[in-house]
Order: sequence, then C-alpha cells, then structure tokens
Amino acid sequence: MKVKRYLRLLGIQLKASGLLSLQYRADFFTEGLTSLFWTFTALAPLFVVYSERPNIEGWSFGEALLVVGWFTLLQGILEGAINPSLTGVVEHIRKGTLDFVLLKPADAQFLVSTQRFQPWRAFNVLTGIGLFAYAFTLLGRWPSVTGLLASVLLLGTSTLLLYSLWILTVSAAFFVVRVDNLTYLFTSIFDFARWPSSVFQGVGRGALTMVFTYVIPLALMTTFPAQAMLGRLPPQSLVGAVVGAGLFAWGSRQVWLRSIRRYTSASS
Amino acid sequence: MSARTTLRAFPTLLRVGFAEAVAYRAEMLIWVLSTTMPLVNMVLWMAVSREAPVGRFGEADFISYFLATFAVRQLATSWAAWLINWEVKQGTLAMRLLRPISPLWAYAVESIAAFPMRLMVAVPVILLSVALVGQKAVPQHAWQWGFVVLAVIGGWAVAFLANVAIGALCFFLESSQKVLEVWLVLFFVCSGYMYPVELLPPTLRTIIDWLPFRYQIGVPVEMLTGAYGWEESLRLLAAQWAWVAVLGVLAAVTWKQGVRRFAAFGG
Repeated sequence: MKVKRYLRLLGIQLKASGLLSLQYRADFFTEGLTSLFWTFTALAPLFVVYSERPNIEGWSFGEALLVVGWFTLLQGILEGAINPSLTGVVEHIRKGTLDFVLLKPADAQFLVSTQRFQPWRAFNVLTGIGLFAYAFTLLGRWPSVTGLLASVLLLGTSTLLLYSLWILTVSAAFFVVRVDNLTYLFTSIFDFARWPSSVFQGVGRGALTMVFTYVIPLALMTTFPAQAMLGRLPPQSLVGAVVGAGLFAWGSRQVWLRSIRRYTSASS
Repeated sequence: MSARTTLRAFPTLLRVGFAEAVAYRAEMLIWVLSTTMPLVNMVLWMAVSREAPVGRFGEADFISYFLATFAVRQLATSWAAWLINWEVKQGTLAMRLLRPISPLWAYAVESIAAFPMRLMVAVPVILLSVALVGQKAVPQHAWQWGFVVLAVIGGWAVAFLANVAIGALCFFLESSQKVLEVWLVLFFVCSGYMYPVELLPPTLRTIIDWLPFRYQIGVPVEMLTGAYGWEESLRLLAAQWAWVAVLGVLAAVTWKQGVRRFAAFGG
C-alpha cells in the first residue's frame, strides 16, 4: 500500500520535471556538446600518459578507458538525477523553506531526493556507453554475459553509494549553513574515481587505496564495474560491494534522520 | 571616473574585499578543497613514473610539479566571468555602475584582496612540497623567486582579464556561461594543469605556446619548480605579459561596447 503510494508520488515528480525539461529542448544539444567536451578533458591526461607507457599498474589503455566510461556514466546519473534535487535541499535549508517539505505526510528524504531531475544531463550516460564500445573495440573482444550482468548489478550499487554519499554531504549542510558550493566539493572528491584504483597503491603505502575502497568507496563505483566487464572481478568482491553499499546506504540514512532531528527552521 | 578617484578608492576597496574574504573563509576553504584535480593527476603520474622517469620527470618531480600547480591555482584564479554573468542577470550591476569607479577595478580589487587568505593555503602546500621532495622543489636563486612573483601576478592577470572579456560577452549573448565552459575545457587541456605541457608532442606544444592558457598556470608552475635558466625564463615571461596586454585590450573593448547595451531589469 505504502509502496504504491510512493511509486505514484515518484511518477508525479518525474512527470513534473520531465515537462519542465521539455520546455528547454535546446538544452538537449548543449548538454550533449558540453558532456562530450568534459569527457574529452577527462581523457586528455590518459592520452598523454599512455603515449608514454602501454601499461600502468596492470591497466592497458583500453581497460583504463572502461573506468573513464564508468566515471562518465555515473557522472550523468549524478548530474541528472541526484545533484539537482539535492542542490535544492541546500537551498531549502538556507532559505528555511525546508519546513514545508518536513510537514508533508511523506518521507522527507524521499521527497527531497525526487524533487527535480534534469533528463538532458543524462547525455553523459550515452557518452559513457560510447566509451565502453570504443574501449572494447580497442581490446578486440566483448565482455562475457556474466561479466555484463555483474556490471549491471554494480551499476545499481554504485548509484546507491553515490546517492548515500550525497545524503551525507547534504546532512553536513545542516551543520554549516553557507555551503552553496558543496556540490563542487562533492564532484571534486568524485574526481578521484577517474582512474583505476590500483593507481593509488603507491601513495602512503596503499593507505589511499584503503580510504577509497572502505571509507569513501570510490573504487567500488568505477573500478569494480570495469573489472567486472573485463571478467576479472573476484566473486567475493562482488558480494562485498553489494553488502558494503547496503550498509553504507543504511548508515547515511541514520545520519540523515539524526540531522533532520537537529534541524531548527530558519524562521523560528 | 577619473584616475584620481579610482586611486583614492583603492585602499577602501581593498579593505572591504579583505573583510569579505575573511567573512567567507569557510566557503573559501570549500573552494580550495574542490580544486583537488592536481592531486588526482599527481597520483596518476606518480604511478607512471615509478618504473622509469618520464622525460625529465621522476616521481619526486611530479610531486613538486603538481603541488606547485595546486598552489598556483589558488592564486592565479578568477571567477569574474561568473560574477559578471550573475550580476547582469540579476540587474545588480546597475548599482556598481552608479559608483564613480569602473566595476572592472572593483572586480579586480576584490580578487586581489583575497590574496592574503589564498596565500595561507598556497604557502603551506609549497612548504609541504619542500618537505617531501627537498630543496630542489623550489628555485635556488633570488632572481628566480622574483620571476616567480612576476609569473604568478601575470598568471592571475591572464585569468582575470580573460574572465572579464568572456563575462562581458553576456551583454551580447544573454549568458556567456557556455563560452566560459569552452574556455575552461581548453584551459584544462592546454594549461599544464593536468600534465606538464613538456610531455606533449612537439607540434601540440608549439600550438599551446601561442595560446594564452599555459601562461595562466603552466608558466608560473615551471618557474616555481625552477625548471628554466635565465634566458628561457625571460622569454616565457615576455610571452606571458604580451598575452596580458592583448587580453587587457580585449577585455576593455568588449566591456565598453557591452555595457552600452546593458539595461537593468528590476535593478
């Protein structure tokens, strides 16, 4: 019963932002172009690096390209579905209008997470898929079916992780109010997911790899799915990713609930 | 808008700008933390150079190069284009235009006034670089330090003037955010921000030498890591300041032409 109600609610919110984005159809092209642009900047260092060495920390150019592909794809999800609504939360907190959301008879986290989508931003997803195709042509083979299935499963966990990280960042907005640019901070942390996580092994005796696997699980988001596509992700890592993402989401939910409780509206 | 009123207003503007920078220090810290790109790339290049050096760059050289990039980015940066776009859209530019001093000076001074705060981030990063890499992370001679100062100021001027020129385009285009985005992409690819420009193939390097981007970040960073002798440094500085002059003229012209078309809505 409850699920049905929330699904209907989601449908309404989706429709509203869908209609809004249809108003700005020219955005489809500009978003597409800018997404291609940024993908190119993301690739530029790789081109330079791989003109020096055929192999870096066990990743060839085509394989590293898969990681960038995942990075681009997740960026599309982040900017199209997660960023817009949560930027709205920061705005709400600052203006004190979050009260209106909290008063509504539905879960606040659900409401704020679904308030706005920017479908055109999802153009990055297409760019990411294009990169996969290009990478596999370079590698001269195609991913196995199990590999693909595993990577689709990991797409789910990556999105969940990304979303949970975002919730944590937004929860911080309850404590420090002037944080219009939290979005930038977040995207810059996400930047570390650009390269295969093994690249970070040499720094601080692997401490950075530990951080990016367990504390801020960036390795799980881009490196694991790329490995799955290549068919070299050990099954226990897959299980670990699913369990880890679940725990992480649960943790962020707890933090969110605690922050909400601490929230005092700006007007009172 | 005489030169004298402008000069007289300078100390006050600087004080106001500095007070603003202090007031929004938490926000600035977030901005600083959001420029982690050099660190991401540093790690990548360290992995590459672990087996064998790339060109003249070993692992230590990459550390000092990218830490210097991080430090220079804090100083040689400007968001004037974004600010101009915003103020034109909001109509608040009208308020600035009423003052007896050109808004361009105000933007410049605001940016300069944040320098002390920005140095508080940049200097420790350079010290960290010295601690990690040793003496050779920074210039050895006094004249080289002089050149570093000139190059950083030049880098800031390139960033600021280009920003003004792009920002002023919004008078003609309604919004110049997309132009700014194109500039930023080219900046990332050509400026030496993501990799030392030296590592690019020669043809590409020649093109980049003629573009302004390298003079914002790459040249100050190379000076700071003491990459060049006297003659080469002098040549690069000359090229940098030539670009400052060109962009200065460009910024002044587009601004002057653009502001005439400005009609504040609701301002």
